[in-house]
Amino acid sequence: MSADLHQPSALQRERVAYRRSRARRSTLVAFLSTVVFAVAAWLALTSSPGWPRVRESFLDVDAALRALPGVLDGLWLNLRVLVVCEVLILLLGLGLAALRSLRGPVWFPLRALATGYVDLFRGLPLIICLYLVGFGLPGLRLTGVPTDPVVLGCVALVLVYSAYVSEVLRAGIESVHPSQRAAARSLGLTHGQAMRIVILPQAVRRVLPPLLNDFVALQKDCGLISVLGAVDAVRAAQIESARLYDFTPYVLAGLLFVAMAVPSARLADWAASRATRRRGGAP
Amino acid sequence: MTPVLQVRGLVRDYGGGAVLRGVDLDVAEHEVVALIGASGSGKSTLLRCVNLLEELDDGQVFLDGVDVSDPRADADAARRRMGIVFQSYNLFPHMSVLDNVTLAPRVVHGVERADAEERARDLLDRVGLGDRADAYPDQLSGGQQQRVAIVRALAYEPRLLLFDEITSALDPELVGEVLTLVRDLAAQGRTILMATHEMGFARQVADRVCFLADGVILESGPPEQVLGAPEHPRTQAFLRRVIAAGRL
Ligand SMILES: Nc1ncnc2c1ncn2[C@@H]1O[C@H](COP(=O)(O)OP(=O)(O)OP(=O)(O)O)[C@@H](O)[C@H]1O
Ligand SMILES: [Mg+2]
Repeated sequence: MSADLHQPSALQRERVAYRRSRARRSTLVAFLSTVVFAVAAWLALTSSPGWPRVRESFLDVDAALRALPGVLDGLWLNLRVLVVCEVLILLLGLGLAALRSLRGPVWFPLRALATGYVDLFRGLPLIICLYLVGFGLPGLRLTGVPTDPVVLGCVALVLVYSAYVSEVLRAGIESVHPSQRAAARSLGLTHGQAMRIVILPQAVRRVLPPLLNDFVALQKDCGLISVLGAVDAVRAAQIESARLYDFTPYVLAGLLFVAMAVPSARLADWAASRATRRRGGAP
Repeated sequence: MTPVLQVRGLVRDYGGGAVLRGVDLDVAEHEVVALIGASGSGKSTLLRCVNLLEELDDGQVFLDGVDVSDPRADADAARRRMGIVFQSYNLFPHMSVLDNVTLAPRVVHGVERADAEERARDLLDRVGLGDRADAYPDQLSGGQQQRVAIVRALAYEPRLLLFDEITSALDPELVGEVLTLVRDLAAQGRTILMATHEMGFARQVADRVCFLADGVILESGPPEQVLGAPEHPRTQAFLRRVIAAGRL
């Protein structure tokens, strides 16, 4: 764009140098204080009377290595459950949010149904939902009802999380100014087209950070399907732990879940900062 | 010949007393009608009712002689034959200028993307925005955004154009570029109903001026008459205030 490059003045060069030296100092202070804190925490931990026994039963490298294949197998199941559930949750959540955004008395029954659904599953603790779906549904002995604990676990996760996600999406839909809807309808777009092409893209862009946050939460809640007997990472850790007489597999599974969540968390951060910069983000 | 637009006994009540209490208005083919009136007199409401963006509480709106306000009529189909431009542009911020303009032709009128884009580029060229087709709305000035909004409404050749104070959100030096465009459209023989605060512009471009007050059209006639020698005392008082504010 600009033809000739701007040469910074002496004043500006001096200012840049000053800012840089300030930045170096802050980095140094932050680094040192972190080291001091870490050393203090480590000393407090290792000098505690129970430390040797805790280290043996929670942080046994040998046990961790022996449990690793089983736990990884379980984690693979968690990952597949996560992906399938995410897709289903997004679809169901979108449907619910769209239903709740319908205006006019004609739609009252549908709107009421969606509201009831959201109220129910947002209030129901996930673990209770898991028990009801996981043990109650097969108990009915209806033909066609799945009995696989993985499938039932997914159903429970989708029921609860779609209620959350639909509320996040609805907040996004309602944050798009009504004049956008008016402009879309005035061009002759139907309600559905206006929603799909004009409202939803803007809404999703705005609620992307909380949406991704919900999915990070889902990631670890996938571990709860183990209560139904599905052999996921948590369940595998339990099995290995009983075999090895050691708690280390739990620590291992926990660390693996954290490692899995970190990329999503960074993705959420990145999306949040992009959303604030990106056009159409704010009204 | 039947007028393009006929409004009969239009009533609109938001719940705190009627804003419009029986508006009658005709716009003939190739006619440019300016709607004037104090702030809050219901000009925007009238245009939104004509565009069926608001529900009517009574009365009828006819487009080419067909009652489009009938709940059995297809309101989407009726809107497709009108183009409305709003005071605040209302471009879609997540779409490029080109996508804003081609959206209705592509999605509503089934025009192929390539054809729609060719036509859109041609229209944008004509309003001096040919080089901004790939920009996003927030990268444009207010005047440029409003010209895009007008092009968006033109893109599917509507029978009737509705302009709602399309220059009142613009800085004075940007008003001219938009008014020039409207003048061109009027010269091309478009049928236009526009609410405006620009009395000088209304006088130059409009074939007829309608003064809206108390929820009805109090006075209507050629601009020289309504703006130059108004009969109704309310119109006279309104124009005196406008002159005092330096807008005539
Ligand atoms: N959605 C709404 N709900 C309730 N009242 C409304 C609504 N929209 C407009 N009104 C009221 O209707 C009246 C007319 O509003 P309108 O916007 O049509 O006026 P206007 O003539 O366009 O004014 P301006 O020149 O300031 O744009 C105002 O008193 C306004 O408060
Ligand atoms: Mg208005």
